[in-house]
Amino acid sequence: MAAVRIPPTLRAEVGGLRHLDARGDTVAEVIDDLVERYPALERQLLEDGEPAPFVNVFLDGEDVRMLDGADTPVRDGATIILLPAMAGGL
Amino acid sequence: MAGYRELLARVKAEIQEISTIEAHERLTSSEPAERPLFVDVREPDEWEEGHIPGAVYTGRGRLEQRIEGLVPDKTRPLVVYCSAGNRSAFAAKALGELGYENVLNLASGFSDWKRNGFEITIPRVLSADQRSRYSRHLLIPEVGEDGQQRILDARVLLVGAGGLGSPASLYLAAAGVGTLGIVDADVVDESNLQRQVVHSTERLGEPKVLSAKRTLEALNPDVRIVPFQERLTSDNVERILAGGWDVIVDGADNFPTRYLVNDASIWHGIPVVHGSIFRFEGQVTVFAPHQGPCYRCLFPQPPPPELAPSCAEGGVLGVLPGIIGSIQANEALKLILERGDTLAGRLLLFDALGTTLDEVTVRRDPDCPVCGDSPSITDYVDYVEFCNAPLQL
Repeated sequence: MAAVRIPPTLRAEVGGLRHLDARGDTVAEVIDDLVERYPALERQLLEDGEPAPFVNVFLDGEDVRMLDGADTPVRDGATIILLPAMAGGL
Repeated sequence: MAGYRELLARVKAEIQEISTIEAHERLTSSEPAERPLFVDVREPDEWEEGHIPGAVYTGRGRLEQRIEGLVPDKTRPLVVYCSAGNRSAFAAKALGELGYENVLNLASGFSDWKRNGFEITIPRVLSADQRSRYSRHLLIPEVGEDGQQRILDARVLLVGAGGLGSPASLYLAAAGVGTLGIVDADVVDESNLQRQVVHSTERLGEPKVLSAKRTLEALNPDVRIVPFQERLTSDNVERILAGGWDVIVDGADNFPTRYLVNDASIWHGIPVVHGSIFRFEGQVTVFAPHQGPCYRCLFPQPPPPELAPSCAEGGVLGVLPGIIGSIQANEALKLILERGDTLAGRLLLFDALGTTLDEVTVRRDPDCPVCGDSPSITDYVDYVEFCNAPLQL
């Protein structure tokens, strides 16, 4: 089980929750678990069935693109931060 | 009881001295280990009129108190000087008593140094008003007079005079950043005032850059504001950057400007203090060209327009940009001072609802299209309005 931090831009899709627990042995499986439970997340997190390139996934503080991407193993108790780009400044 | 002359003679007998010519030879020696550190023990006004290049200053009165902070290594060769070699003789004796092992007194002092026509440095000094205004900076060892001069010499470009630009510009102006460029095409709107604290109700309808200029110049007359009442585009970015900026504070509100700022900063080698906000959440980091990741390393591509939060009118808690913009000002000052650890390589995520701060590591991507090893983007991309059409990267 991993603790997933839901960014504010995605909270509407998960009923306003800021954190969710999700199952999966890899990053891809964790995202699949989230999408299965909250289908509205699909277009926000997946592109052609793969984790979308415009969403950053940080596993225990490290960008998974610098690890093994979607195949990166997720240990029990890991913290995952989903981070889409935000542009607002005004 | 010894008189002054007798005491001076006794002290001079106990210390080692160096002639002006020899001291100059040592200072200009090609062997760095040979070069002593000069310690100036005169009165502050004498120091301000000129001193030996590279010398450190501590008045005779506070020498014993301050020297260990200034020169922790007691084996380092020191040359102590005053104007004629007498006050410094007593100083040299005191340094020996404090355990400094290689102390020489400049026998004929600074007057003789000048008579020989050797190089001197005339320090830039703060005015009495500046000393008073920046006194709380001057008290901090990491800032001090040198640091304050750096701040006064600094040029910071703010992209956006809105939520983030307001607190950032206020604190940078208050700190004494000598030149602040501000890029913003908008006018002050009533809906801005819930968070854009550099503006005010009486400025409604006024261009934001001019409103900010009035506020900031009223706050600190040392600051020169350079307003750019335009939107940053691929057409004007080179002209705006031609001013030569030390730091860019990015408080833009859209992806095209973010990518434009990023690419320009890489090609001009200017660090960017990046901040963004949405509802209760802020992100802040520093992009240091080629030393750390850039914006494209972090976000190689923006979300599709329909998912982009910046256009969704998502709202923002008014105080949030105050917090994030203040962190940006803090990072900008550290970059100017070259002190501390910046957020380069670290992205801070602040959640105002939970009052939590998370940090993730951001690494430079060797395949980055702009700052990577074989960049594929080498010229400004013609960006399109993100809210109306897909962004073309």
